[in-house]
Amino acid sequence: MEAKLIDAIIPAAASGIFDLLALEPPGWGGNLLRGLLSSVQIALGAYGVGLLIGIGGAYGKLYGGPVVRDLLGLYTTVVRAVPELVLILMLYFAGTDLVNRVLIAFGHQPVDINGLVAGIGVLGIVQGAYSTEVLRGAILSIPQGQIEAARAYGMPPGLLLRRITLPAMLPFAIPGLANLWLIATKDTALLAIVGFNELTQTTRLAAGATKAYFTFFLAAGALYLALTLFSNVIIARVERWARRGTPQLSETR
Amino acid sequence: MASDVTAGTMRKSTAGRLQPHRIVLLVIALAIVLASIFYLRWDWLPAYLPLALQGIWRTIWLLVVTSVLGILLAIPLGLAQAAGPWFLSVPARTFCTIIRGTPLLLQLWLLYYGLGSLFPQLPWIRESFLWPYLRQAWPYGVLALTLSFAGYEGEVMRGAFAGVPRGQLEAARAFGMRRWTAFRRIWLPQALQRALPTLAGESVLQLKATPLVATITMVDIYAVASRVRQDTFVTYEPLLLLAVVYMAITGIIVLAFRRLEVRIPTRIG
Amino acid sequence: MKTFLKAAIAAAVIALAGTVSASAQQVKVGFSPEAYPPFYSQDASGNWGGWEVEIVQAICGEAKLECVLTPIPWDGLIPALKTNKIDAIMNSMSITAERQKEIDFSDKYYNTPTAVIGPKDQTFDATPEGLKGKILGVQVSTVHAAYAKKHFGGSASEIKEYQTQDEANQDLVAGRIDATQADSIALDAFLKSDQGKACCDLKGYVAPDLEVLGPGVGAGVRKGDTELAGKINAAIKGIRANGKYAEITKKYFDFDIYGDETQSN
Repeated sequence: MEAKLIDAIIPAAASGIFDLLALEPPGWGGNLLRGLLSSVQIALGAYGVGLLIGIGGAYGKLYGGPVVRDLLGLYTTVVRAVPELVLILMLYFAGTDLVNRVLIAFGHQPVDINGLVAGIGVLGIVQGAYSTEVLRGAILSIPQGQIEAARAYGMPPGLLLRRITLPAMLPFAIPGLANLWLIATKDTALLAIVGFNELTQTTRLAAGATKAYFTFFLAAGALYLALTLFSNVIIARVERWARRGTPQLSETR
Repeated sequence: MASDVTAGTMRKSTAGRLQPHRIVLLVIALAIVLASIFYLRWDWLPAYLPLALQGIWRTIWLLVVTSVLGILLAIPLGLAQAAGPWFLSVPARTFCTIIRGTPLLLQLWLLYYGLGSLFPQLPWIRESFLWPYLRQAWPYGVLALTLSFAGYEGEVMRGAFAGVPRGQLEAARAFGMRRWTAFRRIWLPQALQRALPTLAGESVLQLKATPLVATITMVDIYAVASRVRQDTFVTYEPLLLLAVVYMAITGIIVLAFRRLEVRIPTRIG
Repeated sequence: MKTFLKAAIAAAVIALAGTVSASAQQVKVGFSPEAYPPFYSQDASGNWGGWEVEIVQAICGEAKLECVLTPIPWDGLIPALKTNKIDAIMNSMSITAERQKEIDFSDKYYNTPTAVIGPKDQTFDATPEGLKGKILGVQVSTVHAAYAKKHFGGSASEIKEYQTQDEANQDLVAGRIDATQADSIALDAFLKSDQGKACCDLKGYVAPDLEVLGPGVGAGVRKGDTELAGKINAAIKGIRANGKYAEITKKYFDFDIYGDETQSN
């Protein structure tokens, strides 16, 4: 029985695996790498959009008026309670439709929102809710005296944000933000459901064409894992950099 | 009907601190809810209601079963990492890294379609007593979601086990408690208590992961909504209902854990 | 700090830079990015080919339209068409009364019978009695799914719906379903593959039901977009007449898959 099991796995492994994963056609390796590249692209874009939303959101939640605060609370609650898959479907179809209807209503030409932008936008909105919470928590961890001192010197809000709040909160925010980056890279896989050509979708197509489902899903898993491990190395460096000059924090994780 | 419920709970929760702007927001929200009831298409709802209820039940079943199994698996995973010898801690850490480092959707497809593609080469599987289960989709969904929950919660349990003060364990040994008794009476309860605050969040994340099983032909509430969209070509309304359902379940989870946390004393040594 | 902000802004700019304004003459043809040989399939370098891809190019060339193939998942095609994400659907979508409530169709450009296949070691036919107690797999939101529910729903033990036909075939190979119902040509391509040869054979063609299965496959266009539908109709007639259709078809099939010459709608 064991011999049979090995027989079943080995043919796929030995006879074809390197041909299937070769970088040049007829191998599908090149396709997978292109998929990985677009996954990273979307993750980077979504993370950036999420950070911008997060900075604005955290500021709004902390210093905004009551209406702003309630609306932001609604945003973060809804996004964190509804599955990403549902949000992606809603925003992917309804979101682009809405943008164009608004543009037409204001007398503009409708724009063609391509898959990449839609994907980045959708995941960015999801990421934004989480980074709002991470950044809000981090800003709250800054000793209040620092901000009060800056205000007492008459620092304008923009400068205050750039010189005091952002740098001071960074060590507190980085563990959460690092986690968000890892989530962003994995959430790109959900775009396979809306047919976007990222790593999971290219893997699915390659597996469907060659019938080597096991091989390709394993290969894609290895690529995602490599991306995560590589990110972890970078994150460790960033963490050390952000903590320079601050007293040694005890393990905050 | 579902929209009435949300409106009702919103009113209740804000009754204590009803500020002018909240009344305005509430009126706007109410207007949106009413507008979506009257202007959107809900005529499909009665026909699909039984299926939807069944789907909601399946989603909750999947959530509860995989979370419980996942925790049971997370305890040894956490213990192995926190205190096990290298031949246990290295595999446990590797498992957690792999699960946390790859997308759940991919894990699910690897288990369902990847393993499925190996079956024809293993004829004895079809004769085994497990075949009636291996034919169906739910074992794969349960397995993938359980492993995922165990991977994330195993990491939490590692920290929780490591966080129990050593003095307590040493005191137990000094009393002559046997290792197993000390684990059962001292170590595990304290570790679980430490992990409790993360459980609410992890359960919500698990709920949000359940719709992925629709891609391997399981009929949960998400799959029912997709079927409505495909059968009737009504695009947004089923998704709206879906969002409301998930928000309601999330609300229940959060409230349940809040009550649980109040009941369990959190005096951590 | 500055680099951090710059990185965040740069990432957002990359995100927004991708927005391109639409040019008026482009016709975006939606198709589902899934292996559906011999109509649609992707090669290892990431390019799409197949009979239908070539027919789309031939029709667009004949009608002098600048067509762009736009990948949209199968169950999102009609919503995407209705929300202007795409302008036409040419993805082996059968013309049915149910779909015509939502979108308009061009004339058909092919019509083939519907078949049921199953494992070699089982003998049954494509009738309600034959499928009694069997698990039948179909692709979600297709005429086959509708047909299976209507005719086999009472007798089959379960009708499983898959996102792609390829996944249904895969589960047939794995033994998770006993039969799958789909377009006879797509199934034929599967049966001719190594995997299909080893596991399965044709069980039969289903009894006709024009109301559900429709008169054939046409190009979907938005309701009221008679201009595009007209252009496509003329182009289909054109390539039928000038031999282009036959030339492409000869590469894939040894018979004409257009079906009856009578006009359908």
